Amino acid sequence: MKPYFKLLLLVIFALALNACASKPEESAQPAGDEAVVQGAAEEGVLAGEELGADGRPAVMRIHFAFDSSSIDSDNRETIEAHAAYLSANPSVNVKLEGHCDERGTREYNLALGERRAKAVVQMLAVLGIDRSRLTDTSYGEEKPLDEGHNEAAWKMNRRVEIIY
Amino acid sequence: MTYFRKILFAASLTVMALANAPAHAIITITITEGGEGGTPIAISPFKWQGPGTVPTDVAEIVTADLRRSGRFAPLTQEQMPAQPFRDKDVVFKEWRLVKATSLVIGHVTPVKPDQYRVEFRLYDVFRERQLAGYRYTVKADRLRSVAHQISDLVYEKLTGEKGVFGSRIAYVSQERSADKKRLYRLSVADSDGANPQTILSSAEPLMSPAWSPDGKQLAYVSFEQKRSMVYLQDLKQGKRIRVASFRGINSAPAWSPDGSRMAVTLSKDGNPEIYIINIARKSLQRLTFNRAIDTEPAWSPDGRYLVFTSDRAGGPQIYRKPVAGGQVERLSFEGNYNARPSYSPDGQQITMITRRNGKYNVGVISVADKSMQVLTDTRLDESPTFAPNGQMILYATERKGRGVLASVSADGGVRHLFTLTEGDIREPAWSPLNP
Repeated sequence: MKPYFKLLLLVIFALALNACASKPEESAQPAGDEAVVQGAAEEGVLAGEELGADGRPAVMRIHFAFDSSSIDSDNRETIEAHAAYLSANPSVNVKLEGHCDERGTREYNLALGERRAKAVVQMLAVLGIDRSRLTDTSYGEEKPLDEGHNEAAWKMNRRVEIIY
Repeated sequence: MTYFRKILFAASLTVMALANAPAHAIITITITEGGEGGTPIAISPFKWQGPGTVPTDVAEIVTADLRRSGRFAPLTQEQMPAQPFRDKDVVFKEWRLVKATSLVIGHVTPVKPDQYRVEFRLYDVFRERQLAGYRYTVKADRLRSVAHQISDLVYEKLTGEKGVFGSRIAYVSQERSADKKRLYRLSVADSDGANPQTILSSAEPLMSPAWSPDGKQLAYVSFEQKRSMVYLQDLKQGKRIRVASFRGINSAPAWSPDGSRMAVTLSKDGNPEIYIINIARKSLQRLTFNRAIDTEPAWSPDGRYLVFTSDRAGGPQIYRKPVAGGQVERLSFEGNYNARPSYSPDGQQITMITRRNGKYNVGVISVADKSMQVLTDTRLDESPTFAPNGQMILYATERKGRGVLASVSADGGVRHLFTLTEGDIREPAWSPLNP
């Protein structure tokens, strides 16, 4: 587990740096500082592909934009990896659990979480996984990963958990 | 009607160990704004006419209730020229001198073991006449209720509007146990936060408490089976039944005004739609037919309409539909996020959550002309609900990183904050009057 954990930390680190680098207000920094930030970010990107336990894909979460259930290209790769794993292991079933950030109303978020989970179900089905192996559920905003009340926490909490 | 068998009226599950277990966290209510301009009133200490000390200080509870309403400014004991407790001891002139417009007196007498007689009288100081006078004989554990009832009578006599002090509040709280796991509680407390009773606690989320119109039952959503299901629980007995456990989402329960039906959101047919369960007949009727999200139903007070949230036009907006069938009508037009509607008791207004500049605030829509007014300026407001007298809106919000409840009077003049001694509090539901 330990090496994977380190890799995960690296990826999180890289993501954090990327997030900082992409903020418009950060670009006003002196050129010297900017160069350092970019160098570190590039190093982080080289973290490589993670491998999960039992041959499962390592990334078990799909994240979403606010009030959205659309799946971007990074997430598509994650879902494809899970589709490949499910194809290779026909006896394995999977549960897709949709979650939202705390903003907005609870019952609407419960519905939105379901829409996210169903978007992942739909994509796995399109990739050839039988729907009888896929179940979806929603917790809305009731089970945040990060209980903070800020953008970073909200970004973390808008997700579908892939549960084997 | 074909859904008859699918509504699982699970054999009365009794929530034994949990019913009436005391809640650990206590609610504290503070006035955060307003309350300075109230009418001066004197509530003389109620004389205890027994041995030892009085089990409950009735006058103190009445004083706190009336002060919290923001409509009254009760005199302190130091400001009182006298402390009369019998009709013949009242000298109106001395109360006029301290500018008290009304006076409440009373006494509490033990009549037999665990039986107390409470008498009170309310006077108009300027007209020098009694406006109300009542006697109650109750057990010790009902003395708080008597105090709230006296507050309601005084409030109604002097303002012309019903008091809500005798009503109760249901809410969901979340704490962390010693091993850092989440613990969710569904609790009911008096309107002043006293007597909190946990009616259900769970390691999985609890949501959406809704009072039956007779105040005897609560419907709610529990994830104890690892997905959302709707339950209906009797408050006195602690017995409950499961009323919706279909595939997908089972949520957002709302009782019809006559208590015979319950609107819920179910996604069993593919996406969230609004259905009406006939509780006695165990039948199901689908109300919305749309590929978008339709949820958060609430009944109009006359029972003719359901108002709900739908994103059929892109973002969430407020709509209503006649329960008997007919056209869906959009009610919200300002802003691109409007959700979680509920009616005022007179049916003239709808309170909801509206997004303004990235903030989620409590708003009110006038049903007649569809105009909207924003009442709050906080950041993460949720679950607004009118008090049963329509004088106040109670809602959940976030303050200093914690979930709290807040209320704002309909005229915007008085604001309160309800905090828990520990953990987060949310999803307030105000009981009907005098349950």
